[in-house]
Amino acid sequence: MNVMDIRATSALLYLDGVHVSFDGFHAINNLSLTLAPGEMRAIIGPNGAGKTTMMDIITGKTKPDEGEVLFDGVTDLTRLDETSIAELGIGRKFQKPTVFESHTVEDNLLLALNVDHSVKGTLFWRKSRNETERIERVLDTIRLTSARRRLAGNLSHGQKQWLEIGMLLAQDPKLLLVDEPVAGMTDVETQQTAELLKQINQDKTVMVVEHDMAFVRELGVKVTCLHEGSVLAEGTIDQVSSNERVIEVYLGR
Amino acid sequence: MAHVLTRSLDRSATVFVFVVAALGVLIPLSNLLLPAGSPLQVPTYLVALFGKYACYAILALAIDLIWGYCGILSLGHGAFFALGGYAMGMYLMRQIGSRGVYGNPILPDFMVFLNYPKLPWYWNGFDMFWFAALMVILAPGLLAFCFGWLAFRSRVTGVYLSIITQAMTYALLLGFFRNDFGFGGNNGLTDFKDILGFNVQADGTRAALFALSCLGLITGFLICRAVVTSKLGKVLIAVRDAESRTRFLGYRVESYKLFVFTLSACMAGVAGALYVPQVGIINPSEFAPGNSIEAVIWVAVGGRGTLIGAALGAVLVNYAKTFFTSGSLAPYWLFMLGAMFILVTLLLPKGIIGTLNAWWEPWKAQRLTVAANVISAAREDGISESGMAE
Repeated sequence: MNVMDIRATSALLYLDGVHVSFDGFHAINNLSLTLAPGEMRAIIGPNGAGKTTMMDIITGKTKPDEGEVLFDGVTDLTRLDETSIAELGIGRKFQKPTVFESHTVEDNLLLALNVDHSVKGTLFWRKSRNETERIERVLDTIRLTSARRRLAGNLSHGQKQWLEIGMLLAQDPKLLLVDEPVAGMTDVETQQTAELLKQINQDKTVMVVEHDMAFVRELGVKVTCLHEGSVLAEGTIDQVSSNERVIEVYLGR
Repeated sequence: MAHVLTRSLDRSATVFVFVVAALGVLIPLSNLLLPAGSPLQVPTYLVALFGKYACYAILALAIDLIWGYCGILSLGHGAFFALGGYAMGMYLMRQIGSRGVYGNPILPDFMVFLNYPKLPWYWNGFDMFWFAALMVILAPGLLAFCFGWLAFRSRVTGVYLSIITQAMTYALLLGFFRNDFGFGGNNGLTDFKDILGFNVQADGTRAALFALSCLGLITGFLICRAVVTSKLGKVLIAVRDAESRTRFLGYRVESYKLFVFTLSACMAGVAGALYVPQVGIINPSEFAPGNSIEAVIWVAVGGRGTLIGAALGAVLVNYAKTFFTSGSLAPYWLFMLGAMFILVTLLLPKGIIGTLNAWWEPWKAQRLTVAANVISAAREDGISESGMAE
């Protein structure tokens, strides 16, 4: 395996021939995918196409049976656990908004900051101006400044989705994996979320899984359609949505 | 250091520390200085009883730290309490010296009785108080560290963890029952004579032990407060509420659990060590799984995740236990304990202190908004007055 070649292609995320099966069910089947630094990619596909499983593999929750998963051209993600992968700079937003409900909005962001995460570091942690400023900036970006002292459990569904995106921002990762960010959002919120993701994409690489085709169109980025655990089609939204096979298995006639 | 104290001591925490400190000073003084029979004199048997409650309160704090804040429900914490108690008991046994029934200067009575040729190696050093005191913390701490390292690394959580903690304390119970284990078997360790040269039966010693137990409770409480009010405390709550989210943010969850579990076990050990000289015996029944479950009930009754509630729950439930088991209701105590647990779970799921806090919150919020309104009204008045003056 020649690491130099991959550095030459400069892919931030590189999946090749990945295979995972659960009790004989092939969730991921010879999946190959690359993501360039700074790119935003939308992943679509029918239920059971392996979208969430792919994110599980990238973030270390699931170990692949076969195949290579490389981050930044050099790090083999299949050998690391969730914590180490998060520390490398891969952040993840879950399908169901997952925030710390009994903490305030501000504390949620504080916990997400990519500072010292060791037991000792947090035990002797003291508030610093730099951290406070970073939290302010994120609060501003996700439009939750006025809700900063509210408990996250009391936020609306859309606000929780944003808070979780905010936590990703505070984590300041190189790569963001965003699973169904607009599920259950109103049209206005969906529109705002698309703008937010575009803004984030200015300095970060983003992979978005989404079913909402209007939202994907709004993003205006390269689209990959997964089906039965492998790539079915890849290209612009128009190319993908006019692909015969994609129409057959996903979009419907 | 100062900022840790100011952070840890909010109003209710300060009140708690003062109340425990006042009791820790006044009860021994009343016992020792007032004449017997005076209505304000606390009799010695009550001093010993309250000392026992204080030890239970420390155990309850230890359980609340891991259960209330980190979501680790240990049903085997009595084991750490008992280990601390045995370490202290071993010291007290060695202090008996040649005053035992068999008069052997080295071997405790039960070893002479069971024909031990010499002192088992692990009894060495327990004739020194500092060594025993170290073991009070190290023995439970080490067991918790090894147990936790294996369990948390393998991601054993929830009810499965609770079950294996029960198994752990049960295994220790069976072990300590054996005569060849070297800890006095069924009878345990008893007939203590003195501690650091003071007669354990003397009023003065009992009063001092009670005061020390209160000091232990205050220290344990402050340590717990310092932990839960730090950023680490926020991480613990995050682990409790959404463990995998915490992992994906880059926290090594098993290290956090291991830290807090070990700290909690050390606290339980200290509680056990303070308990043994006051009750005068330690035997394997302290490892009984039921004891650990009872301790969890104290925390549930008082309010998990509140610390003060845990300590209060321990005192209240044990006071009820003393009250009911010394009367004609004695045979029904376990039914009452069970009923208490069910009623608290159904009617006061947050426990006593948790429920009080829930009532208090809206009132506090209202008071704050009223205060804010008063301030803004005063400002408006000021503006209108200055307007009129013009």
